[in-house]
Amino acid sequence: MAGGPDWVTICRVDDIPPLGARRVARAQGGEVALFRTADDRVFALLDRCPHKGGPLSQGIVAGDGVSCPLHGWTIGLADGCARGADCGSTPTFGVSVEGGEVRLDAEELRCVGVEPAAA
Amino acid sequence: MKRDAAVAAKQRLVVVGNGMAGVRAVEELLKIAPELYEITIFGAEPHPNYNRILLSPVLAGEQTLEQIVLNPLDWYRDNGITLHAGKRVTRIDRVRRVVCADDGTGGVIEAPYDRLLLATGSNPFILPVPGKDLDGVIGYRDIADTQAMIDAAAKYRHAVVIGGGLLGLEAANGLMKRGMQVTVVHIMPWLMERQLDRTAGELLKKSLEERGIRFEIGAQTEALIPDRAGRVMAVRFKDGREIPADLVVMAAGIRPNTTLAESAGLLCANPRPGGIVVNDTLQTVTDPRIYAVGECAAHRGIAYGLVAPLFEQGKVCATHLAQFGIGRYAGSAVSTKLKVTGIDLFSAGQFGGGEGTEEIVLSDPTAGVYKKLVIRDDKLVGAVLYGDTVDGSWYFKLLREGRKVADIRDRLMFGESNIGDVGHEGHNRAARMADDDEVCGCNGVNKGRICKAIKDKGLFTVDDVRRHTKASASCGSCTGLVEQLLMATAGGDYSAAPKLKAMCGCTEHGHQAVRDAIRKEHWLTIDAVYRGMAWRTPNGCASCRPAINYYLISTWPKEARDDPQSRFINERSHANIQKDGSYSVIPRMWGGETTASELRRIADAVDKYKIPTVKVTGGQRIDLLGVKKEDLPKVWADIGMPSGHAYAKALRTVKTCVGSQWCRFGTQDSTQMGKDLERALWRMYAPHKVKLAVSGCPRNCAEAGIKDVGVIGVDSGWEIYVAGNGGIKTEVAQFLVKVKTPEEVLEYSGAFLQLYREEGWYLERTVHYVHRVGLDLVKKRIVDDAAGRRALWERLQFSLDGEPDPWFEFEKAQVDLRQFEPVARLERA
Repeated sequence: MAGGPDWVTICRVDDIPPLGARRVARAQGGEVALFRTADDRVFALLDRCPHKGGPLSQGIVAGDGVSCPLHGWTIGLADGCARGADCGSTPTFGVSVEGGEVRLDAEELRCVGVEPAAA
Repeated sequence: MKRDAAVAAKQRLVVVGNGMAGVRAVEELLKIAPELYEITIFGAEPHPNYNRILLSPVLAGEQTLEQIVLNPLDWYRDNGITLHAGKRVTRIDRVRRVVCADDGTGGVIEAPYDRLLLATGSNPFILPVPGKDLDGVIGYRDIADTQAMIDAAAKYRHAVVIGGGLLGLEAANGLMKRGMQVTVVHIMPWLMERQLDRTAGELLKKSLEERGIRFEIGAQTEALIPDRAGRVMAVRFKDGREIPADLVVMAAGIRPNTTLAESAGLLCANPRPGGIVVNDTLQTVTDPRIYAVGECAAHRGIAYGLVAPLFEQGKVCATHLAQFGIGRYAGSAVSTKLKVTGIDLFSAGQFGGGEGTEEIVLSDPTAGVYKKLVIRDDKLVGAVLYGDTVDGSWYFKLLREGRKVADIRDRLMFGESNIGDVGHEGHNRAARMADDDEVCGCNGVNKGRICKAIKDKGLFTVDDVRRHTKASASCGSCTGLVEQLLMATAGGDYSAAPKLKAMCGCTEHGHQAVRDAIRKEHWLTIDAVYRGMAWRTPNGCASCRPAINYYLISTWPKEARDDPQSRFINERSHANIQKDGSYSVIPRMWGGETTASELRRIADAVDKYKIPTVKVTGGQRIDLLGVKKEDLPKVWADIGMPSGHAYAKALRTVKTCVGSQWCRFGTQDSTQMGKDLERALWRMYAPHKVKLAVSGCPRNCAEAGIKDVGVIGVDSGWEIYVAGNGGIKTEVAQFLVKVKTPEEVLEYSGAFLQLYREEGWYLERTVHYVHRVGLDLVKKRIVDDAAGRRALWERLQFSLDGEPDPWFEFEKAQVDLRQFEPVARLERA
């Protein structure tokens, strides 16, 4: 695993409700939404819908997608892409789950979804 | 590795017919099983799939051939489809499972299949008269025919169209626009007799005559007369008259093209209407490997010639090809519109009347408006509209749903837009709107954008337009306009849909079936419903899951457990999410009354949590807007007032006027009545939000006439009105009953709401529920049946007994407090 990501432990899988989400606040950049599917897979997206910026963490999770609370766009959890006829995508974050712990990539947390001016 | 195995196992699907029905079925298949088949498509025409419905606008010079292509050649390539365009299939060998086609140079193309889809369409019916094979005599079916007409119009003067149906009139209009002198010969007593009654048919004739088209109504064609060069020059009638004709277009109907199927031994209906006989899964009854869709297929004795049924067939066929084995095609209701610019005409159902029917007619020949509605057994069964068709889709919907119309009968003729539509500036004729006029006021979509999306993306249904543009996706009041635009831009009978609407894409079951099954099977969990009813998705979607969660807890109170993850965020965080992700908090003020100490606590919370906006709501409460999610539990605690449920599908407000305590006109204590109702009903979840009002006299200052339940005090008691609505469509509440005492007001109102809670569909307001089941049923259950009413009222009280206030009893209300804080706060690395 030499040169692999530098993982940061965030929480336990159990801290996220099944078919639900939690938010991770960052020092800079928008919050990251962590999602848990019915079969306990965990995904992470920037908590911002590509449509009008709605907080995806507040949406309804079904299968491997989340539907935005503001206008109902459905965003794929794995690829961050809008489904159906809608176009757009939100940044994704790599997730590793080990021993029931959810970990995110430190480098991505620093850079992804962070406005250049703020960086 | 896995992928290679899949490729090796690919089955072969051959499609005969490169038209709208066949290609639509393939598109549907690619959506759900893109990797399953190696697909080959044969088309007799040398073109990619185009929109046949739009040949008329092409002929009229309003669109070009390029504009009507639906699937450019790139589409076939991108999807790995082998297209043989301009290659006519000559034979099907069902034993070897191979189709053979003429390659155009004398050779033969063979294509083996595992599944075969026949979509060979139809042929124009050519009158068997002498001269039918002359030069200048054509049918009207494809691009070649259209081109021949365009060429003829450039060279010749006189055109005769035989057949005054939909297609014939469109052909006549197009030829006239290209400068020809056109005569339409029609053997029946009036035009479009299969779609119009006599009055509308004659109005249409008059209007077309004013444009310069001539008519020979009732005339019978005897022969087509050639000139010396063997081209047609005249049409002779049975009465001996002759009229000049350099071009004759046969538009006297179509016949399913079943030659290929018949030669392969597939059962075809004979003689009329003809068509390859298919079952509800669109498989031919002769050979289950072979499917047929579109105009060539005969389903339950009907060969459909309109586009919407073909698309419905394509969808069902695709699910079977994809081996899902779900969905059945049960036939379509169809409606018709004429694609002649400037003529608005619509018909559907049994417009001709018949036994046991009644007619409502509006006729204003000077203004060129004629409308006829045909009603049988309190249901709309047919409609003809001429001159003003904006309500066509609404009538068609009523007709398909078979909804009782007694309660709206007096307004039915004046259309849906008459019942208080808002949001699109009162427009009712899309054709008259400018491109930058707004069609959908909710989502800010103008006419130009909708038309562009329809053209660019090849949209055919209102649902497609909704998905792509969001027009009519929110409140739906502009649906009629969107359908008109679809009609004008894409053509066709866009609006036909299956009679039963599925809850969502996860299932084929409708709301009623799900409600019934939950009660019958005593299911208590969402998973049990999904398993029991064979849901297609493992945990549903944002549309069905909240509905089923509601059905469970309303059907089995105290047994089924509420699932917060199946509720929209507002009902999970017990506050209303705003566009910036902040929330609003509206505490409950019983009957709209408050006190100095409540106002002080609210004011203090506004200061302490820096709440940016404080607003008085339309429901006599106070709204605190812009509260951060983290602050919600603290704001609730500081204010110390019950949840107002302003965020929920639940009882919202009970609006009151001042009433007899202070008002010099008041006859009853409306404020106290309102408070009693609100205390009895709060914490009541329902299919949608519920608003009440109580006025103390008929001046009705609390506006009870537009509430779900409106109570009006009169000197001798209380009048109860139900199913009003002040929203998208202003609907006046209907009188239910007059009672004497406040206790009766509680019992009747509560029983009505419990009926709605038990039988309403999710997201159906009381007005829609009562429209669906009819006010008569409601009266029977609430007014006439005293024991039933009391039982309903008791069941409601049982449901509400001990229900928690989610702002204070977190555990009991299953409010997950973790949601209000981030799971982690990362410091700068």
